[in-house]
This record gives sequence, structure tokens and C-alpha cells, in this order.
Amino acid sequence: MVMKQYDLVIVGGGPAGLAAAVAARDKGIQDILIIERDKELGGILNQCIHNGFGLHTFKQELTGPEYASRFIEQVLERGIEYKLNTMVMDITPEKYVTAMNREDGMFQISAKAIILAMGCRERSRGALNIPGYRPAGIFSAGTAQRLVNMEGYMPGKEVVILGSGDIGLIMARRMTLEGAKVKVVAELMPYSGGLKRNIVQCLDDFDIPLKLSHTVVDIEGKNRVEAVTIAKVGPDRKPIPGTEERYTCDTLLLSCGLIPENELSKSAGIALNRVTSGPIVGDNLETNVDGIFACGNVLHVHDLVDYVSQEAATAGKNAALYILNGSAPNVKTVEIAPEGGVRYTVPKYIRPTEMDDNITVRFRVGDVYKNKAIVTYFDDELISKRKRPVMAPGEMEQVVLSKKKLAEYPNLNKITICIEDV
Amino acid sequence: MNTRELTCIGCPLGCSLTVSLNTDADGSVEVISVTGNTCPKGDIYARKEVTNPTRIVTSTVRVNNGTSPMVNVKTETDIPKNKIFACTNALRGIEISAPVKIGDIVLENVADTGVNVIAARNIMAK
Repeated sequence: MVMKQYDLVIVGGGPAGLAAAVAARDKGIQDILIIERDKELGGILNQCIHNGFGLHTFKQELTGPEYASRFIEQVLERGIEYKLNTMVMDITPEKYVTAMNREDGMFQISAKAIILAMGCRERSRGALNIPGYRPAGIFSAGTAQRLVNMEGYMPGKEVVILGSGDIGLIMARRMTLEGAKVKVVAELMPYSGGLKRNIVQCLDDFDIPLKLSHTVVDIEGKNRVEAVTIAKVGPDRKPIPGTEERYTCDTLLLSCGLIPENELSKSAGIALNRVTSGPIVGDNLETNVDGIFACGNVLHVHDLVDYVSQEAATAGKNAALYILNGSAPNVKTVEIAPEGGVRYTVPKYIRPTEMDDNITVRFRVGDVYKNKAIVTYFDDELISKRKRPVMAPGEMEQVVLSKKKLAEYPNLNKITICIEDV
Repeated sequence: MNTRELTCIGCPLGCSLTVSLNTDADGSVEVISVTGNTCPKGDIYARKEVTNPTRIVTSTVRVNNGTSPMVNVKTETDIPKNKIFACTNALRGIEISAPVKIGDIVLENVADTGVNVIAARNIMAK
């Protein structure tokens, strides 16, 4: 098999991979290869035709393809090499990447550093245990999005949506604008998993009902979906008998969560966080495997692409520093412990002597909280308390840690981030 | 005087807004106060949403001879909310030819709003 050499291999040409590549090049790494399995760069942004991307980065409301094109242009301007229609098959801890495509066949690359930017995938019907028949007409929301927006096909005319994730909400509007009747959006949890602005603009604007604490209990139809029955669920999330409502429809869309796509990470021996299903990383976004970094939705699922781009630029910069300087030996690390309503943090630990001046720690909360505060402790000492009127699992939160502040605590063992009363 | 509860869509924070307003006999709306916003955007949004709600509309049209069969499009600026369906209906059936550049005008003055629909993606010719 042919063996090629690159300083930096980036797996994935979506928003994370593109921003990481640009940042690494700007730190002086010339020899970069982006590997993308689709026929074009830009990743899932290409099918996200709604506006609202880039509010933070460009102070404009761009569509997904416009946002992607800003970064694609930066990659092209810098002459960064990329391979399309190319699938990475395996990554080893020694940083050998095995990939294949139609032109080159199967080939191997030896990389000095690797950035994982593979993104995430949707939870499928098989993972949801929905009873009923298995007819045509059941799609993940993202599949329907690709069919409508990129291929030009309408998946159906009368639609029920299970799950109120952002893609499901966006597709409720999109299918409605294309002439379909969206009858109901059912959400298992007592709160929506999507952003508020999407509930307002995608459901309320079109009088589409959102039924919280409801789930699908039956799918009818042998060849094509004919009807879907939903029922209310109790606090144990089990259906309550007698609350069933039957909707005739030809299509069921599923928007029930996203899962970081980490099969390659596992084969590389990378430790994963059981809450995020993404790699465990430090402040430099390096995994437990020397020289392999992660960013974007493969690390943890984001709500806003702006934050993906920021995070990916951090990974790109740090991968460049690793290639130029190697890793710092025997550095002290301090763990960040998520407690009291905080489900996880990215990063999971920081290196007080090596970190950037400010590190943004991102996390999600486990429930809806009103008038609570995000509190940070260094060991037992309260460091910061920030009041938040509303927090919800669907909206990512953050805390900024400063190197200067950490330098005042040379014997620090643990940083705790938690939710407390005001 | 009556009130309307709104969720601000100016940014992902989604502030819960309360608008106090007077509605005249002729249907015109006078805003008395906006509360619950954490930035000036919320005030502007609330006043607009109760008097003249608008949206940017995004959709797709077919592309002939392009590397992709569809190109996504958007209204250049926001249009009145009650013109959303008129806008998407006007776009149905439109076909354009590759190459397409971001910003190319796809449809002028859509649904008499005075706003153009423009391409929001680059598509190369096959």
C-alpha cells in the first residue's frame, strides 16, 4: 500500500475541519490534508439552508451554505490540500491514517498530528425502540432535509415529527413551506431539545402544535406509513394508557438527538466521555492519544456553528504548536468536575501552566433551570457566580477560566462547575 | 391596555418579552412598554413583532446543468410575515442555469414586497 506523509491530517471537511485547517496554516503548518467523504467541502451546512448562521462570527444572518463558503474560500486562498469522496477507514495510535477513494484506491498516511472533525449522526429508529410496522415513509429529519434542500425531492405530504431537536423544528417549517401539512411535533421530554428561536419561527409562526411529554406508540401501514399514534408519557417517560391520539399521515420524521461519530476515535485508542460520547480532551483539545486532537460535533454536539468554528480554530492552533514544538512533558493537570445539574464539561481538564490566557469551558445542564446561577469553585473556594434567568438542556452554557486567576492557586486540585440557587 | 408574551429571536438567548400595548378601533397598535429583554435588540424586535412582523425567507430552486440539482435562495432582507407563503409559492417552478454565484438575483420584487430573492450558494456548471 502507498504510504504518504503529512504534518497534519484533518478528518472531515465540515465547519470544524475547515476552521481547524485555516488556523493550523496561519500558525505556520504548510503540509495539511483535509479528508472529506462527501463530494464537496462544507459538511452538513450545505443542507442547512435556513438563516441564522454566523451571528457571532460575522455579525450577519447567513444561510448554512453561505457560512460554509466563507471558510471554504479561506481554505482555497491558503492553498490547503483536500481530498473529496474519500473515506477514512482506520486511525492508529501511532497516527497512521488508512483511507480510500476511487482514484487512489486504498492508501495510508503517516501524520505528525491528526484533528478529528467527523461530526455527528442522528439517532435512528432502531435506537429508539418505536413499536409498529416498518413501512416506507420514516426518515430522520436530517435525511429529509437533504432530500428536500439538496436533491429536490419531497419525502411526503402529511407529516408527524417525533422529537423537537433543531433539525426537526427546521424541517417542520421547511416541509410546510413546500406545501406539506405538518400535523404535530411530539417530544418525549417535558421541554424542547431545540433552540427557542426555532420554536418561535418554525412552529408558532405556522400554528404547528408542539406536544411535550408525548411519544409515538404505534406506526401503521405495511408498504407506506398510513397513521401514527402518539400518547402522553408520565414522569417515568412511559406512555399513559387512554391518552392515545391517532394522526393519519404518510411520513414520520425523527429528530431525537445527535450522536458524535467516534468509531475511528475508538480504533485509535481514544478515551471517550460517556455523557457526550465524544473524546475526553484537555484545554488544548488534545485527546489522551499524543498528537490527536478533536473539535466540533465529534467532540460534543453544539447548537451554534459559530462555537464550532471557534473551538476548531483552537484545535488547529494547538495541533500546529504540537507539530512545531512537541508536547510539553509532565505538565500538571487540574480536573474540571461537573456537579449539581452540569452534565459534562469540554474540556475535561486544564493545564494551568500551559493554557491560553482564557479558556472557554462549554457544558450542558441536565434540566430546565429558572433563576439559578452558574458557580465555579477552585477546590472549596467560590470563584465566580453568574446569574442566569433561564437554562435548558438544548442550549449550551459556558464559563471562562483565566490563566492569571489560576496562577494564584498553585496547589489547586479540582475545579468544580455547578448550578446553585442565586 | 393588553399585553403580549413573545420570545425574542434576535439571538440564541431567546429572552421572554412582555409587551404592553393599546390597540385602537382601527386596528393600529401602540406599544407602551417592553420588558424582559436583556439588550436593545429585544426592544426593537418586540415593537416590530406586534406592529409589523417580518421574516427572512429561505427556500430552494432548481438548477439546470449544475453540479447540484438545487440551489438555496433567500430574500435579500426580511419581508412581511404574511407574505411568506406568497414568496415560496412564487419561487415554485423557477429554474435557473449554472453557474450560480452567491448574491445572484433569482427573482425580483418577490410577491410585491420590493425585495429580491438571491442565490445563497455557489453552484458550478457541469
